[in-house]
Amino acid sequence: MARRHDIGQAGWGQSVLAFAVGIVYFFPVLWIILTAFKTRPDALATPPKLFFTPTLDNFRAVFFRQSSTGGGGEATDFVLYFFNSIFIAGTAVLLAVIIGTLAAYAFSRHPLRGNDTYLFIILTTRMMPPIIVIIPIFLMFRVTGLAGGYWGILLLYTAFNIPFSIWLVKSFFDELNPEIEDAARMDGATDWRVFFGVCLPQVVAGLAATFVFGLILTWNEFLFALLLTGVETRTVPVAMARTLGGNVGADYGLLAAIVTLFLIPIFFVTFLLQNQLLRGVTFGTVKK
Amino acid sequence: MADAASLPDASGGTTPAPAGHPAGGDSGGGILAWLTSPERRGPLLVAPAIIVLFVMNIFPLLWSFGLSFFNYRANRQTEPDFVGFRNFERVLTDDDVWERFQTTALIVGSSVLLQLIIGFLLALLFARQFPMRRILMMLVLTPMMLSFVSVGVFFKLYYEPTFGLVSYVVNVFTDTPFALLSTAEGALAGIIIADAWMWSPFVMLLVLAGLVSVPKYLYEAAEIDRASPWRRFSTITFPYIKSLLLLAVLFRTIETFKIFDIIYIITNGGPGTATESIAVNIYRVAFQNFRTSQSAALGYIILFIVIVLTNLYLYSVNRRQQETI
Repeated sequence: MARRHDIGQAGWGQSVLAFAVGIVYFFPVLWIILTAFKTRPDALATPPKLFFTPTLDNFRAVFFRQSSTGGGGEATDFVLYFFNSIFIAGTAVLLAVIIGTLAAYAFSRHPLRGNDTYLFIILTTRMMPPIIVIIPIFLMFRVTGLAGGYWGILLLYTAFNIPFSIWLVKSFFDELNPEIEDAARMDGATDWRVFFGVCLPQVVAGLAATFVFGLILTWNEFLFALLLTGVETRTVPVAMARTLGGNVGADYGLLAAIVTLFLIPIFFVTFLLQNQLLRGVTFGTVKK
Repeated sequence: MADAASLPDASGGTTPAPAGHPAGGDSGGGILAWLTSPERRGPLLVAPAIIVLFVMNIFPLLWSFGLSFFNYRANRQTEPDFVGFRNFERVLTDDDVWERFQTTALIVGSSVLLQLIIGFLLALLFARQFPMRRILMMLVLTPMMLSFVSVGVFFKLYYEPTFGLVSYVVNVFTDTPFALLSTAEGALAGIIIADAWMWSPFVMLLVLAGLVSVPKYLYEAAEIDRASPWRRFSTITFPYIKSLLLLAVLFRTIETFKIFDIIYIITNGGPGTATESIAVNIYRVAFQNFRTSQSAALGYIILFIVIVLTNLYLYSVNRRQQETI
């Protein structure tokens, strides 16, 4: 643990460079955020405006349809879309982490015959292009009536996060010292207790990494959401694409406001779990 | 298996199985006891994952495999008829498909190369401690958190000839009007830049993980030996990040190979078909031309390539694990 944080101190030159690079790299995102506070003429001004009088109209327009008379207007469905995105991505990733953890524990502690073959097939399902299965899934959902409901898309996203969860969590279980578990068993702990009381507490950081990485990938999923969600279950990326509508006269201020609002939750979750992400991204192949 | 077998009575307290029925084998101790016996612990824990994966991934995959041998259109009521390998034949001999493969290869090659270079440089920059490092790293990671839709929409706006940010900056230096997306090369470049910008932070995270794992005493030893910076890099740093770089290349290659959303939004494959990747092509064949079977055959060819790449990926992961142990 100590070694991980024991990295050298940068000179002031590198600090300044890192600061500059960070800002430049972030600039396209910053511009989106600025656009969210611009009026329509400002958003499409030539030359582009860096300084302008900020307005909250776009954020208001996300939630309330503007009527031509300038009144408050009726509410749009964006509260629902935000709820859908948070509910669907959050639940699916959580389910995947739970199911994945159970399987990972089995693969790590009670290997089956052909363990590695199973693991390989499981990983392949994650690597395959989603476009291959989209037609059968589309037909399947139409036949079973899963299309447009919460269950279908929830199960689908869960399935897409399971392979990754298994692989990652397994790598954390593999690293644990088995002697601690054996000692617990000697003391009469049941398998159940060994799993919940001894193993799980040691891999909490790994579960957090799995969760945040899965969330980043699921949060923005577009293709399946486009084809399989209905009016009631539409997620924000789909709603965003629909807001775009025709290419002529797209309301960039409104879109920017949606993008900005949609970025906030995932940004904070990532920020809180930033240290875990470093491990998640390497599929747990980097030791502590 | 060994540790489970050595604890025959371990499950006794964990299940509501009736007492007096030692959980195990084929004794008739009720279905619960049978299910929760130690020998079945592995399969039982794996079962939920396998069931979900089977229903949502493997079954559709097999269905799709079946479809690729039939002549079937999702928008018609006619019965599908068996055509054997004809769909594969047609796809593999189609010049257009080869062109899409070339386009995809070009996008994958350039984008992954760019991601590697940018990600590597970013990692070098962030490998040391400095004020506000945590927040600056968050800023660099943000592109990864954006949806393809938003990156697509706003990069399209940045490239826009009259009020786009990029076009404006270019116009400051040149007088000629700048319409990046109107030429084939420009449109490709536009997509590659957007994709590389989005995913370089991912490579940065991987390389950073490697850089941070280099033991400090090696550098101290190198300092004593007065090794040149290049020598220090090539003999100490590089060996530690080599396999992670390979990992990054493979993972990003597999992911970029499937590139769809960002192209769909920025150019929709245009101008003409200049930026139509394989995935965009499958989407068009499947959902605009409704040649369902043909798209399934094409999908399987991609799957085959991805499986080969996945094998390479696993090989490099295993090697990495052996190195770190």
